Amino acid sequence: MEEWAEKKNKKKIVVEKINLKIGEFTCVEPISLINTFNAAVLGSWLDSSEITIETIPFEGKCSRCNRLYFPKKENGYKSPCCNFNLEEIISGRELKIASIDFKEK
Amino acid sequence: MHLPISDKIELNILHQNSHQAEKNKVKFNNYNLLCLNIMSSPGAGKTRLLEITLKVLSKKFQIAVLEGDMTTNLDAARLEKLNIPVVPITTGRACHLDANMVSGGLKLLEKKINPDSLDILLVENVGNLVCPAEFEIGEHFKVALLSITEGEDKPLKYPIMFREADLILITKIDLLPHLNFDIDKLKSNIASTNPKADVIEISSITKSGLDLWQDWISKKILKFKNI
Repeated sequence: MEEWAEKKNKKKIVVEKINLKIGEFTCVEPISLINTFNAAVLGSWLDSSEITIETIPFEGKCSRCNRLYFPKKENGYKSPCCNFNLEEIISGRELKIASIDFKEK
Repeated sequence: MHLPISDKIELNILHQNSHQAEKNKVKFNNYNLLCLNIMSSPGAGKTRLLEITLKVLSKKFQIAVLEGDMTTNLDAARLEKLNIPVVPITTGRACHLDANMVSGGLKLLEKKINPDSLDILLVENVGNLVCPAEFEIGEHFKVALLSITEGEDKPLKYPIMFREADLILITKIDLLPHLNFDIDKLKSNIASTNPKADVIEISSITKSGLDLWQDWISKKILKFKNI
């Protein structure tokens, strides 16, 4: 964030939103991330900004029939179509700053 | 004020850690040093396994250990008795090792020994089945331990740890006759979460499976060094 802000000339901008993409199959709990962010930026140049989180679904691909499916722990993450083990993860591992919304002062 | 501008970034939140992890890996590669990241819950038997492993493997390979611990150097002290280079990394309140901590540990190790003379660096992570799975340290392989006293369901409850592992060691297997534990169910849960992982059953008491674990390490070292 600091590197990005320096390029934009930090003193001339106000960051409104930091838009994140967080996959369901990560060790990140969105509400904890938001609370931590709010505490961390208090009194800093990001004080007036907020975090938005787009949750990216956890999606796998059945290696037997190539169908996409949403793995569930209740089913041992296996494909419902062929009861096949989870080999390929299509999405859900994302931990990204997707974009930043800002205004010029 | 102007209208808001949206700047696309698409940057990994753990970018800084990943970047440092890459730098660590380059260093390991330059030293021709294989690095294993050893992870588990607290009490799964990481340190005990290292003790018995080091006793045998140190006859064949030059080994060093980075020993991650939250508040003490107790585990590092145990391993130092085996006369191998050990660097304790006390994480304070952090529940995992990150790439920066490992970089610092490597610098301390460099003061103790020339890493060029080493074959393998074993990094014992902090006992935790959640965060260590997300933080790369520059390792070549991840090893996850799961003791049978923890229950068959752990690969489903902590899927990222077991999904990320290259090798899963099922530890304390000597306790099997005394527990109401379904080993096939555990293996099925591992397979459904991570069908590509190698799995070895092991006991630090009876030493069963120790030969398979040592073979696994030996093969990885020899392949890494192109021997």
